[in-house]
Amino acid sequence: MKNAKNGILEIGKATPRADARGKVTGAEKYAADYYGDQLLWAGVKRAGIPHARIKGMELEGARNHPGVLAVLTCRDVRGSNRQGVIRQDQPVLVDDKVRHCGDAVALVVAEDRPALAKALDLIAVEYEPLPGVFDMETALKPGAVLVHEDNAEGNVLLKGELKTGRGEAALTECDVEVTAFFEVPRQEHAYLETEGGVALLREDGTLEIVVSTQTPFRDRAEVAKALGLDLEKIRILAPYCGGAFGGKDGITVQTLLGLAALHCPGRPIKMQWRREESFLAGVKRHHGRLHYRLGAKADGTLHALDAEIYYDTGPYDHLGGAVLALGLEHAGGPYRIPHTRLRGWSVYTNNPLGGAFRGFGVPQVAAAMEQMMDMAAARLGVSPLEMRLKNAVRRGDKNPVGVTLTSSTGVHECLALLAGQELWQERETWKAAARSFRLRGVGLACVMHGMGYGPLVPDCGNAKIEITEQGVFRIFSGVVDMGQGNAATYLQIAGSILNQDGDHLELVQPDTGKALPSGSASASRTTYTFGNALIGAALALKERIVRRAAALVENSGGGEDFTMAPGALVHRPTGQLIPLPQVARILDEAERISVFTFQAPVAAERPTADQNLQLHGIPHRIFSYGAHLACVEIDELTGKVEVKHYCAVSDCGSIINPQIVEQQIQGGIAQGLGYALSEDFIVENGRMATPDLSAYIIPTAMDIPDLGTFAVELPEETGPFGLKGAGEISMDGPLPALANAVADACGVRLFRYPLTAERVLQALAEKRGEGTGP
Amino acid sequence: MKISFLLNNREIELDVPSDRRVVDLLREDLALTGTKEGCGAGECGACTILVNGKSRLSCLMLAAQLEGCSVTTIEGLSPGDALHPVQEAFIEHGAVQCGFCTPGMVIAAVDLLRRTPDPDRPAIRRGLSGNLCRCTGYQKIIDAVEDTSRRRGKGKAS
Ligand code: FES
Ligand code: FES
Repeated sequence: MKNAKNGILEIGKATPRADARGKVTGAEKYAADYYGDQLLWAGVKRAGIPHARIKGMELEGARNHPGVLAVLTCRDVRGSNRQGVIRQDQPVLVDDKVRHCGDAVALVVAEDRPALAKALDLIAVEYEPLPGVFDMETALKPGAVLVHEDNAEGNVLLKGELKTGRGEAALTECDVEVTAFFEVPRQEHAYLETEGGVALLREDGTLEIVVSTQTPFRDRAEVAKALGLDLEKIRILAPYCGGAFGGKDGITVQTLLGLAALHCPGRPIKMQWRREESFLAGVKRHHGRLHYRLGAKADGTLHALDAEIYYDTGPYDHLGGAVLALGLEHAGGPYRIPHTRLRGWSVYTNNPLGGAFRGFGVPQVAAAMEQMMDMAAARLGVSPLEMRLKNAVRRGDKNPVGVTLTSSTGVHECLALLAGQELWQERETWKAAARSFRLRGVGLACVMHGMGYGPLVPDCGNAKIEITEQGVFRIFSGVVDMGQGNAATYLQIAGSILNQDGDHLELVQPDTGKALPSGSASASRTTYTFGNALIGAALALKERIVRRAAALVENSGGGEDFTMAPGALVHRPTGQLIPLPQVARILDEAERISVFTFQAPVAAERPTADQNLQLHGIPHRIFSYGAHLACVEIDELTGKVEVKHYCAVSDCGSIINPQIVEQQIQGGIAQGLGYALSEDFIVENGRMATPDLSAYIIPTAMDIPDLGTFAVELPEETGPFGLKGAGEISMDGPLPALANAVADACGVRLFRYPLTAERVLQALAEKRGEGTGP
Repeated sequence: MKISFLLNNREIELDVPSDRRVVDLLREDLALTGTKEGCGAGECGACTILVNGKSRLSCLMLAAQLEGCSVTTIEGLSPGDALHPVQEAFIEHGAVQCGFCTPGMVIAAVDLLRRTPDPDRPAIRRGLSGNLCRCTGYQKIIDAVEDTSRRRGKGKAS
């Protein structure tokens, strides 16, 4: 990748992204854009039934159909036939039984798409339907239908309890107590590029897969295990994703494509899920049910919290356990609460698969906690802002799971900046100016978001940078760019350290054959972890180059006399310019490459002795913070909620590229507004009722107002140039900010989301004491 | 069937099934993968191209409909290495994140600016509402289109 000319890349400067040019001209190749000579097409027969045993499969018709090369079932899988990150409980192709409608039962490879479609049609599966379990309460009852008969905990994938102080018992010591139950919907990622890739089994036995993924290195291990292959024989290439947001954190098409390639060696095989297939088989943000009790002292000090959290994870782990763990850890928000009992259950059902989605379990709990704050404030007669300012954590405080916040903690700064905004200052005037039949309201939310993998799973980046013989610096990125701009930021980091412009920098997209394992593009970690590693690698390379250059200049006076410039080194005392290719050529091949490992620090305290919870990520050490403000107007006649103004202040540490941070914050808010207002992946008896983008409504350009985004740049001392994660924090705020604003406007609170016109209208009618029918 | 049309200012003739979707014809037969497919059902706008200067969804068009038309895809929006002002503005304003919606969005914006001389922000929002973007929240896209329009206005005035 060549980069647009834009001078020396510098830290802190709003710089157009290096990847923008290739994307805006259509030249950039995504996984979806790979085809290949003699291309074959692969596709999946989906179960279409939520819970059933397979009694038989009629495959001959498909096998004999012209143009069909292979029809494969679980019998053709030689490895474990299982995939999953922590618990490997998801089959590549169904063997024992079907556990949700999107399960893959057979795989077909054909010469072209018409033949593929016909063959998939010709496969007839005979099912013995089993009673399904479609809601969490039923799933948790004794004697419930089991999704996994071999799971010791029945339908519980993971349960956890965290307790501080006297826990829920301290609620009796409170002057006010508020109680509520919240229900948050499933959310679909709806990235524009659906899941897809191309695989090829080469003559030497190497299996190459180009795929839209967030996790090339982990994919390699999963493919090897599931298909019974040697890890060394698999190479995964991860181009820019056309969106991912967590939905490509783990296996989508990789194992299926690998299996197809093993049976049709020597020809490239492509699989691209249709939109409906992506909705059916892809993971969702967990549907959640949350019971909260929050108690405070008369002076407004929070005293005790009891939270009970249930996430419907569907039939497989995916990352459902880890999602619950992060939810638990964040259940009390960015506040000092001395006594807490936080309990959570990740529950197996025959519903669509729950998994990673930007926010990773936090948007659900933030939705609950931030409304509890408003409800408590109302009972105490203080403003929502005062309530938050009084209780928000500062550096050195313990968070609600009892872990001391030792890193930068900017929630007060965020709130202070927000409180100074005209939108907040003039809110009463603005509300009073509502036209007739319009209700206006203003709502706040305050959020925190942990970064990285937690205490047990090493959070490592292994950077590799090379100076080519042409004198260009080539970075081998180890972490995927799914749109968040980390690739461009890596160039900026290297450019700044090496004093280079875009013409002398290149980035190679993650390729397990070339880059070093550096973990997933997730957990708000991509720039923090790999960026830190890259700093080390670039500094070491710089030192080496300068030292060798000194040998080229007579009486050079050593390395200190040299400065790097684009494409060259300058010997300052003489002004002599040494072109980089000249230096590169006197380095041997190994010397031209520099590698550096960075491992993220972990919290010193352990709020739980439960090793399993620790494995699932509890606790984190570094958090980002945010304060959000929403101004809404409601049409009293239709119930429609319109977001008139929105503003967010974020503490993501120091900023390397303000443009990219703004993109992250705005994009997260937009997804959060969709989550709050319209997005509801509806499932009835295990079957999706929102199969496409006309039924599942994501925001258009008409639905998102201009967003005010501000940053408090408190440096995170362990971060690359003071940075910490910015990828997820803004997703956590919109639902509670909007729900609080709607409650402010209506004088009545809604406890189920999204905040559809229908629900708002009904709430208004109930408030007026009108029934809504018999 | 044989069809002939103007593609990015070049005459071409093809022998394709008349019911081949234009998006497949472009991407697979002609290797113009800048045109993306996000839904195949007219819901996302990722596949937007210009047909006789007007934006059309290539996932809903069949090859036969191209006969005698002039088609512009993202690859042909500006000659050679030069960029169209809308493309320049998208880069400068940070309107590109994952970029998968971008080609369709750029084409839609070009069409909008052709139809509407000086659109204000609400008009831009309306004009682009058929194109979904899951990454940006649209703000920087609107900024880019507004800026293109403003610069064009200045260019004309001088
Ligand atoms: S692919 Fe044509 S509108 Fe979505
Ligand atoms: S930039 Fe990703 S969908 Fe628009």
